[in-house]
Amino acid sequence: MPSIKSRQNTGLHIPDPICRPGDEPDFSGLIIPEAGSVPRPNFDAEEQTLRSLPYGLIRTLDDKGEAKGDWQPNASLESLIIALKTMLLNRAFDAAMFAAQRQGKTSFFMKTSGEEALGAVPSLALRKDDMCFPTYRMVGWLLARGYPIIDLINQIYNNAEDPLKGRQLPILYSAREYGFYSLSGNVGSRIGHGVGWAMAKAYRGLDSLAMAVIGEGTTAEGDYHEALTFASVYKAPVILCVTNNQWAISTFSGIAGAEETTFAAQALGYGIPGLRVDGNDTLAVWSVLEWAAKRARAGLGATLIEFFTYRAEGHSTSDDPTKYRPKDEPTIWPLGDPVNRLKQYLTNQSAWDEKRHQEAISQAKLKVKKAAKAAEDIGILGTSKSDIEEMFKHVFEEPDWRIKEQVKEVGI
Amino acid sequence: MPSMNMIQALNSALDVMLERDPDVLIFGEDVGYFGGVFRVTDKLQQKHGLHRCFDAPISEGGIVSTAIGMGAEGLRPVVEIQFADYILPAYDQLVSEAARLRYRSGGDFTAPITVRSPYGGGIYGGQTHSQSPEAIFAHITGLKTVIPATPYDAKGLLISAIECNDPVIFLEPKRIYNGPFDGHHDRPLKSWKEHPQADVPEGHYIVPLGKSRVVREGSDVTVLAYGTMVYVAEAAISETSIDAELIDLRSIVPLDIDAIVTSVKKTGRCVIVHEASKFGGFGGELTALIEERCFYYLEAPTQRVAGWDTPYPHAFEWDYFPKPSRIVDALEKAIRV
Repeated sequence: MPSIKSRQNTGLHIPDPICRPGDEPDFSGLIIPEAGSVPRPNFDAEEQTLRSLPYGLIRTLDDKGEAKGDWQPNASLESLIIALKTMLLNRAFDAAMFAAQRQGKTSFFMKTSGEEALGAVPSLALRKDDMCFPTYRMVGWLLARGYPIIDLINQIYNNAEDPLKGRQLPILYSAREYGFYSLSGNVGSRIGHGVGWAMAKAYRGLDSLAMAVIGEGTTAEGDYHEALTFASVYKAPVILCVTNNQWAISTFSGIAGAEETTFAAQALGYGIPGLRVDGNDTLAVWSVLEWAAKRARAGLGATLIEFFTYRAEGHSTSDDPTKYRPKDEPTIWPLGDPVNRLKQYLTNQSAWDEKRHQEAISQAKLKVKKAAKAAEDIGILGTSKSDIEEMFKHVFEEPDWRIKEQVKEVGI
Repeated sequence: MPSMNMIQALNSALDVMLERDPDVLIFGEDVGYFGGVFRVTDKLQQKHGLHRCFDAPISEGGIVSTAIGMGAEGLRPVVEIQFADYILPAYDQLVSEAARLRYRSGGDFTAPITVRSPYGGGIYGGQTHSQSPEAIFAHITGLKTVIPATPYDAKGLLISAIECNDPVIFLEPKRIYNGPFDGHHDRPLKSWKEHPQADVPEGHYIVPLGKSRVVREGSDVTVLAYGTMVYVAEAAISETSIDAELIDLRSIVPLDIDAIVTSVKKTGRCVIVHEASKFGGFGGELTALIEERCFYYLEAPTQRVAGWDTPYPHAFEWDYFPKPSRIVDALEKAIRV
């Protein structure tokens, strides 16, 4: 069998990351502008004046945890502390559920590691009447809004109290009352629903909006470009977001087009503003969301935001990232860790300290532990589930004769 | 009562629903100012406003995806896919999203959308304007699939579809938009004028989804059809001395299984007619249901008359399209045993 190298004498370009397992991780090619170096335009600025933004990187927190420049959110220290606590809770939740999967309590789980700001911050920055069309790494949205942790775990365990009645793979939550749209394992297929939802709000003359998020790998799907087209054409009050965590399972972002341009720059072709932001910088993320939300609520249409981040762990419990990228790559990721960076900022503001931080970690662990215990008392995957009738409900509003006959056939 | 062709009846249904329910809105390719390539949305934008009936980008996936989002929010979008042949880019949205949203979210979100689409052959439309894809929707649980055969039904069924809280695929047999077509392509065109089923009330009324219509009572053999094939089957029956019972299914999901079983038990024989190609077509499902439920009443194997298992051919339109003589042959086979 010819080696990969022997086949390299060809005119066909196949993107390949510069580092693979065994290599020294290298982020030297990454251009990271100084925090505060990108000016913040007025929210109602003409799109034509915003066209350099997609090629920059909006950063607020510098390496010392100081907030620089004018992308400063209108968020109190108290609400930033809530964001931090939510991220810590998210981390404790991830650790517990990952372990639960390894212990055989459920079939599958996905962690948020490194992307915690991207669930918690939009949840706090946007309004209760806004709707999030999330990715599966946004449980922070629910945690920030006080969704019961036990119900998340009941869903993950598919036990008798699972709000989704055992119909969904773990973590594909749905929580309308918390502004969290039904997740699906088909990535990208809900981004257009976000646009439709936003159009419905505009149609009704309301000023609430939708936020729809997909990963950078999924930007290659037609759904994404259709959503951008509709969002642009109808000036939908929607914030379209690409979480660029640089890895789609084992595929690096170059295969989705990142070698040639930024994901935010795709906005240019649709005539909407594109913002590229340090996704591990809570203040910057909060601030760009405020900017885009203000614009959407004022009837000025959609914004595309690229959250530039790094998936610090595997894609899911079924993945081993050391098979395709250097083992220590996550640790040298130059934009750091969202929790540490926010902690540093709040500490600098004298709003937080190590003692409070450790207490918050302990409280988060305790909260999760209690909820997990209570959920486990109800049951885990395989020991407890919803009544079998639930398998047949909600197919239609009213069951037709097929469903009724099959219910009988099962012997219910 | 005014006489309407099917286009006018569908237009009237949309007009009535736009008037009655501010949550109803229409969009699709060319449906706005122009009123649609088949004129089904004619003057609705002028009458109800730009935001109630508007043009969409050429993006079937985008149209359906947007509609699902609107439906989840609480609106009742009615979208047009210009030809059913173009619906496949939206298939993922219909299958993976619209059909399952209620189920997977535990009733948290629903997709009360209607996807209208002209379908079927007989208009020299070639492969891309003639297909009958109903079976690929019938197979997807969570979707309803409706196919009217008369102006009266078209309006009443469309109103039912729009008022339905489940996603509905509404396939309009375009060969009979302007008049019933009996499959004799070499004979003069007929119009809906004077046809009893073209008496269409102006206001709101419904034809419930899942209730079939007996077109002709009979005792020798049951004929199941929908869409244009109702008229082709009717013509075929009239060309024989066989006393066939012709049932227009109106919707294939929900399916009026009771009416089918009652009729086949009475006649002991069945002929199924559809335009779509035979293998894996909806006729196969009907055949299986009849065997499961009526086996001891059957006097003969169920016959299927369908499009051939080829892509829809342009120059061979009338060789492909199930014609009355093929149905006559099937009827004779069914009663011969």
